[in-house]
Amino acid sequence: MRNAFAAAITEVAALDKRVVLLSGDIGNRLFDAFKDKSPNRFFNCGVAEANMTSMAAGLAMCGLRPFTYTIAPFGTTRVMEQIRVDLCYQNVPVTIVGAGAGLSYASLGPTHHSCEDVAFLRSLPNMTVICPGDAMEVRLAVAAVMHLEGPAYIRLGKKGELAVHKEPPQFTIGKGITVRDGKDVCLLGMGNMLSVANDAAGLLESAGVSAKLVSMHTVKPLDEVLVSDVLQRFHIVAVVEEHSRIGGLGSAIAEWLVSKRIPTDRLLVFATPDEFFCQAGSQKYARRLFGLTADAIARRVQDAYSTRRRP
Amino acid sequence: MEFPQFADLERLRAIARKIRGQLVEMSHRGNAPHLGSALSCVDILVAAYWGVLRINPKSALDPDRDRFILSKGHAATALYATLASRGFIDESVLATFNNDGGVLPEHPGLQCVPGVEAATGSLGHGLSLALGMALAQRIQGKTYRCFALMSDGECEEGAVWEAALFAPAQRIDNVMAIVDYNKWQATGRSNEVMSLNPLADKWRAFGWTVHEVDGHDLATLLGVMRNLPDGCGNPVAMIAHTVKGKGVSFMEDDNNWHYRIPTADEVKAAHEELGLT
Repeated sequence: MRNAFAAAITEVAALDKRVVLLSGDIGNRLFDAFKDKSPNRFFNCGVAEANMTSMAAGLAMCGLRPFTYTIAPFGTTRVMEQIRVDLCYQNVPVTIVGAGAGLSYASLGPTHHSCEDVAFLRSLPNMTVICPGDAMEVRLAVAAVMHLEGPAYIRLGKKGELAVHKEPPQFTIGKGITVRDGKDVCLLGMGNMLSVANDAAGLLESAGVSAKLVSMHTVKPLDEVLVSDVLQRFHIVAVVEEHSRIGGLGSAIAEWLVSKRIPTDRLLVFATPDEFFCQAGSQKYARRLFGLTADAIARRVQDAYSTRRRP
Repeated sequence: MEFPQFADLERLRAIARKIRGQLVEMSHRGNAPHLGSALSCVDILVAAYWGVLRINPKSALDPDRDRFILSKGHAATALYATLASRGFIDESVLATFNNDGGVLPEHPGLQCVPGVEAATGSLGHGLSLALGMALAQRIQGKTYRCFALMSDGECEEGAVWEAALFAPAQRIDNVMAIVDYNKWQATGRSNEVMSLNPLADKWRAFGWTVHEVDGHDLATLLGVMRNLPDGCGNPVAMIAHTVKGKGVSFMEDDNNWHYRIPTADEVKAAHEELGLT
């Protein structure tokens, strides 16, 4: 996803002279093509994310379209104050791009994990929160935020995520994308968990449970029409996200259900627990520990489905 | 845009006196604190808005205008009254300060009235906003200048020094960081709470051209601010030595007026001192 972002922002900046890229001393060589094509619109802002974020607001207030880029927790939770006041309160079109969603950088330790970013940013008025599911969605998300009039957050994984889409899908902010159709259960894959959810859907099919898969690339604004529809039509709706169960996509849906006073026993949430992952270990290991593998997800969805079907 | 032509010092002093009277009145009627902080930066604002900034109340959003950010947003009344003096808003609007549903809150919001360039109130944001605007100016090939007015207590925010490190590295020369150095912060002497001194040396060490001035001397303020950019290629810091509560003898250098609200009698006494009755 990182490389897809670099390619996308390079392309968009070449076409639109308002695009400015601010980097927090990260992405060595990643933006060489950008610097080559748009040399006066790239700034390495150093290890100083507060200044970077406020400067982005200043650029936007003068008619430009700045993007900030760094590792997700440093561009989000570290500078919540700047995001809240300078970007959201002033409602200016700055896009924060964070690499390392969830446990992407598991081995670097909890300082580099980002399992709370969506919760923080989703709580801010005017903010749009986008978690692209694969490289193609990253490109489409970068193009889409150019039409927003306020701030946005694009939450990237790292590199080498499996492509889920074979053809470019119709990408609209706030509208989930159906990746595969099914009739028994529905998986809502968020961000870098989309390919895991896709694998889980495949396993369910093999086990005789027909699974629909939706890419819920936008967490805010929530696609309420889609959520309402799948909760009526499917026995089980399972959210799959690499984010804390507090404040992520599962939370957003639960909040919406309460606001509409809709009772349900159909919703399952696969998310990270309310604890830090403090061991050494890879993303693969951490996901296994937290039940965020295709196997574990498919098994629990199948169990829940069977229970509901039992007379 | 043309430089403004209002450098008649006597006239500016009279404007500053009138504004000080309005601030005392607004604090009283609006039941709002921070009067001492607002009084200390009046001369800086009057010099900027009447003799430095290339701005036009008839086209407040002109993309080529100079930008002035009141980073010490708690001095909002001083900004509002100065904008009113220059015709950005009608003076009658000042009487609605802090009213329920009004347009003038205790800290300014972005374009809450014409001429307010940024939403401030949380300290340590304004200089970075100004740097972003300065980069925009460079990218767009324009020539406007950006000023950020901070308090001395504000210089305790880490983000200020992130900005201080960034600007010289990019050779940003059309930005001025102004420090309203009144030696007080909310609950104590700014040099006792944190080790601010030597403040000018700190900015110099970060690569800024520094001017230490009397922040109530309009002629000096005009001279330094008008000279931006100064041709050296560096960002400029103006450390303006000021007196908190300036202009009203019983408020001067008395930090109780960070929070105290003047009574009707005190408003009257202040207005008498300022020669406004």
